[in-house]
Amino acid sequence: MLKKRIGSFGIILIIALIFIFLPFVYNNQSFLFNMMLYIALAEGLNIIYGFTGYLPFGYVGFFGAGAYSASLAILFLHFPPLLSIFIGGMGALLVGVVLMPLLKLSGAYFAIANLAASQALYYIVANPNLESITHGPYGISLASVYNPHASYYTMLAVLVLSMIIVLFIRTSNFGLSLLAIKEDRITASLAGVNVAKARAIAWGLSAFIAGLSGASFAWYVSVFYPGTVFSLNISVIVIVFALFGGIGTIAGPLVGSLILYSFYNFIGISTPQYFQLLYGILIIVLVLFLPDGITSILQKRKIYVP
Amino acid sequence: MQELLEISNLEAGYGLIKVLWGANLAVKQNECVVLLGVNGAGKTTLLKTVVGLLKVWKGKVTFDSNDITYLRPDIRIANGIAYMSELAIFPNLTVEENLKLGGYFKGDKENKKRMEKLYQYFPDLKEYKHKMGGSLSGGQRKMLGVAKTLMSNPKLVIMDEPSSGLSPKFVKRVIEVLNMFHEEEKVAMLIAEQNISFLDFAEKTYILDGGKIIFEGSVSELKSNNIIREAYFGITH
Repeated sequence: MLKKRIGSFGIILIIALIFIFLPFVYNNQSFLFNMMLYIALAEGLNIIYGFTGYLPFGYVGFFGAGAYSASLAILFLHFPPLLSIFIGGMGALLVGVVLMPLLKLSGAYFAIANLAASQALYYIVANPNLESITHGPYGISLASVYNPHASYYTMLAVLVLSMIIVLFIRTSNFGLSLLAIKEDRITASLAGVNVAKARAIAWGLSAFIAGLSGASFAWYVSVFYPGTVFSLNISVIVIVFALFGGIGTIAGPLVGSLILYSFYNFIGISTPQYFQLLYGILIIVLVLFLPDGITSILQKRKIYVP
Repeated sequence: MQELLEISNLEAGYGLIKVLWGANLAVKQNECVVLLGVNGAGKTTLLKTVVGLLKVWKGKVTFDSNDITYLRPDIRIANGIAYMSELAIFPNLTVEENLKLGGYFKGDKENKKRMEKLYQYFPDLKEYKHKMGGSLSGGQRKMLGVAKTLMSNPKLVIMDEPSSGLSPKFVKRVIEVLNMFHEEEKVAMLIAEQNISFLDFAEKTYILDGGKIIFEGSVSELKSNNIIREAYFGITH
């Protein structure tokens, strides 16, 4: 166990060092920021989906809640950005607590209910009648605190935190209890697992990471609209990234995000028509031949994937 | 000897269908009780109600002098009950992970020690400890289920048809292992079975029929009861 933890810490350290020093040699900071953002979100989604099997199609709801909570803390409470990022995480956690009864559902019912909840949140935030609070459909501007450099490294801290949380889950008895819940809730409860508590913790951690990510994103871009931070595309992309790499590990969502987001940037922006085609083919190939993700190639060869 | 588990006037069921009609049963410390009954008699319902998977409609369940009638299953397990259902393992987790979950409340050190002891009784499991539970044969899975149940060093082991789907050779092995633990660790057992081989190490038997206990007594009393002999063993003289 200790060896596995040390190995996983090594990976986290390497990733952190890469993102610390890469901006000095590669000047597309926006690409690096988004890469970190998607890795963190894929890791966050991994906690609830990879370890407990609950697929949150409305995961973007936490991201948006984090972006708005942090922004409102900056605009109305005049909190410093770093404190506001934390408020963003807590805002998403609060939404997670409100939505906790959804965890009583399972499978497609949970996914649909969760999706509907995220859209309800979007319509509340975008409501013109709430303009005085959320700025309605006109979006938020955080120009007064705009600081791409600081927000970049904040995102890096969120990424490292998300990976450390997944590392803890992957190598602890708590993680094992979540996997047991994923397998069979009843048998898990008969092993002595407090199913409701364990999945609530996983749900909360997952929401918190998405909230911190959304808040960091809001600070980084400084101008955004409800449609930007509640876009269902974000949920879909994050789910695909996590599945592509392989859920239930730290490395899977990391590898999935690194490959697919790079792929998107190098082909998707210049030739979007080919990208859509290749992306579609890639997903079909994945589902047909590697349903457990790229990292499953190693796992099938009995190689431990952190 | 003091009662470890006491079930009084238990009524329970599914939806609007009542399955248990006031069942009474008791297991003493270090006692092995076998609950016999034909299919549909309510054995599984009774066991599920005892471990908290089904709500009690009426009646009371006490364990170790504490009222556990309305406790959550995980709390009952933490209090010292271990339950092995017919589908007792996690097929997509390794043998070792399954065993770790069996001892979920114990520390890593204690679990390791316990695992080594169980590997002595189940050498196959040691050999396959990194294999997925689902990749084992039916008999090995059942052994894993038994080992997982014994991991927590429980005060009371409750088993639902541990012999189902097993060849006579494996049934014998299961009985041997359970007997050893019963003798060695003084663990009490409540085993619901249709297989009368389990009577060999039972100290008390119950027969459940139509959701009611219709017989309570020792194995010899059971075997000498003409009605039971005819109904359950097919012996007519």
